[in-house]
Amino acid sequence: MSITPFVPSWQYYRRKIAGATMLALCYLSAVLAIVPLVLIFFYTINRGVSYLNLDFFIQMPKPVGEPGGGMANAIVGTLVLVATGSAIGLPIGILTGIYLAEFGNNKFAYFARFMTDVLSGVPSIVAGVVAYGLVVVPMKHFSAAAGGVALAILMIPTVTRTTEEMIRLVPHSYREAALALGIPMWKTTMQIVVRTAFRGIITGILLSIARIAGETAPLLFTALGNRFWSTSLDQPIGSLTVFIYDYAKAPFEDWNNQAWAAALVLIILISGLSLAVRVVTRSKFVQR
Amino acid sequence: MTTDVISRSTTLSAKPTEKQGQSTSVKMTARNINAFFGKVQALYDVNLDIAGNRVLAIIGPSGCGKSTFLRCLNRMHEVAGGTMTGTVELDGQNIYGTDAVLVRKRVGMVFQKANPFPTMSIFDNVAIGLRLTGGVPKSQMNDVVEHSLKQAALWDEVKDSLNKSGVSLSGGQQQRLCIARTLAVNPEVILMDEPASALDPIATAKIEELIYELKKDFTIVIVTHNMQQAARVSNTTAFFYMGKLIEFDETKTIFTSPKQKQTEDYITGRFG
Ligand SMILES: Nc1ncnc2c1ncn2[C@@H]1O[C@H](COP(=O)(O)OP(=O)(O)OP(=O)(O)O)[C@@H](O)[C@H]1O
Ligand SMILES: [Mg+2]
Repeated sequence: MSITPFVPSWQYYRRKIAGATMLALCYLSAVLAIVPLVLIFFYTINRGVSYLNLDFFIQMPKPVGEPGGGMANAIVGTLVLVATGSAIGLPIGILTGIYLAEFGNNKFAYFARFMTDVLSGVPSIVAGVVAYGLVVVPMKHFSAAAGGVALAILMIPTVTRTTEEMIRLVPHSYREAALALGIPMWKTTMQIVVRTAFRGIITGILLSIARIAGETAPLLFTALGNRFWSTSLDQPIGSLTVFIYDYAKAPFEDWNNQAWAAALVLIILISGLSLAVRVVTRSKFVQR
Repeated sequence: MTTDVISRSTTLSAKPTEKQGQSTSVKMTARNINAFFGKVQALYDVNLDIAGNRVLAIIGPSGCGKSTFLRCLNRMHEVAGGTMTGTVELDGQNIYGTDAVLVRKRVGMVFQKANPFPTMSIFDNVAIGLRLTGGVPKSQMNDVVEHSLKQAALWDEVKDSLNKSGVSLSGGQQQRLCIARTLAVNPEVILMDEPASALDPIATAKIEELIYELKKDFTIVIVTHNMQQAARVSNTTAFFYMGKLIEFDETKTIFTSPKQKQTEDYITGRFG
C-alpha cells in the first residue's frame, strides 16, 4: 500500500501568508484603537490626581486668586442634568424602540425610524439650540430643566435604535411560545421579549448615559453653568463639563489643574456607572 | 409516573367539565378550513373531528400543510400573518368568535425546536404561563410547577436544580421542559408539532411514553414525520397531501389497510 505524503502546494503557503498578514492587521488596528484611550486615561490621571482631595468633592469653587476650593456644585449638577435627561429620554427612547421593533411595520413607523436616524446625526450643539428655543425662551432664563431637555434629545435616538435592534434579535420562537401559553400580546412583549433583550437594552442605555454625561456644547446656553450651589431644575446649574471648559481656558494655573481633576472625576463617574450596571445586570446563570 | 401527584381538579378547580367523562366525545371540530399565506393557499377545505382524551397523529410529506392545520387549531396561524376561512370549534364553541388569548390557554402548543425562555430558570420557565395569565395564587405555584414537571417526566432530573437556567438542559430535557411549561397552564388540548424530530432515540422514546400518559388528562394532536411514531402513539391518524386531508381513520386502519392509494404509497415509502 502506497503512502500519500503531506505535500503542501504553493497555494497553501499563499493562504498561510495572507492569513497571517490579515491577523497582524487586526491586532494592529485593535492596538491603534486602544492606545489613544489608554493615553488619555493615564495622562488625565497623571495631571489630575494630585489635585483630587476631599475638598474637591465637598467645597464650592473659590474666587480667582484664592487657592483650594472644589466643585461639589458641578458634580451634583452633572448628576442632576444626567438624571433629568434620562428621566425624559429613557422612557421615550425605550418605548419608541419597543414600538418600532414589535409594531413597526407601517408607514408611520418607517417615518419615525427615519427621523430617529436623522436625529442621531444631529450635532449636539443643535440639540442645545432646540432646547433653548423650547425651554429657555419661554421660561426667559437658563435652567437645569433646559439642559435636561437638550441631553434627552441627544439620548433618545441612541436608546431607541439600540432597544429596537436588541428586541429584533430575540428569536420569533419565544414570542410564539409565550403567545401559545395564552399570554396576552402586551405581556409577551414586556415580560418575555423585553426581558430576553434586557441586557442588550441596558448596554444601550449605559452608552447613551455615558455620552450625555460628557456633553458640553448643548449645556452652554441651556443649563449655562453656575458657580453656586443649586439643585433646582428651575435655575441654571453647573456641570463638570462646562466647568472643565471654563477652567481649562482660564489663564490661571490652579484653575487649569482643577480642570484636569474635574476631567478625572468625570471619567471615573462614567466608568463607575458602566461597571455598576454591568454587575447588576450580570446574568444570573453561569454562561456555558 | 410518580404516585403522589396532586389532583389537577383540586388545584385548578375552574374546569367546568370533567375530563375523564368525555373520553369518546368530540373535543374539537374543524369545518371547511381553507388557510392562506397571502395569496398562497396552504389548506383546502379540511374537515376533521378530534376526539377527546385521544391522540391524533397528522402525517404527510413536507409542505403539505400539517403545521398550518395545527396552527389553525389554536389561532397561531394568524400570528405568522396567515388568514383562513372556515370554523374551528372547541367543545362546540367557535374559537374564532372569541379572544385568541382565551383559546390558547385551553389549546396549548409544543414546538418542533425546544424553546425554553433563555433568561429564566427552570422553575420560572414552568411558572411563567400561570404568572402572566393569572388565576393561581403564589402559594400554589410550587405545587403546580412540581406537578407539571412530574407530568412531563422531568422532575427527577431537575428537582435539585430548579434555579438553573432552562437552556442548561440537554435537548431532550429542554423539550420536556417546554411540555411541562405547556402543561402548567392546564390546557385541554395539546398540539405538538414534530416534538421529537430533533431528539435522539432515547429522548424520543421518553416523549412518546409521555404522550401515552398525557392522553389520560389531555387531548393530543401530534404532527410527525416518523411513521413508526405515529403508529405507536396515536389512536387516529390523518394523512395530508398538498394541502388536502386525504384520509382520516383509526391508526390501525391507516397503517394496515388504507383506502386511498396516496396514503398507501406514502406510508410504504413510495413517495414523499
Ligand atoms: N410563513 C409562511 N409564509 C408563506 N408560506 C408559508 C409559510 N409557512 C408555510 N407556508 C407554505 O404553506 C404550505 C404548508 O406549510 P406547512 O408549514 O404547513 O407544511 P408542513 O406540512 O408542516 O411541512 P413540514 O413537514 O416541512 O413541517 C407550504 O407550501 C409552505 O410553503
Ligand atoms: Mg411543519
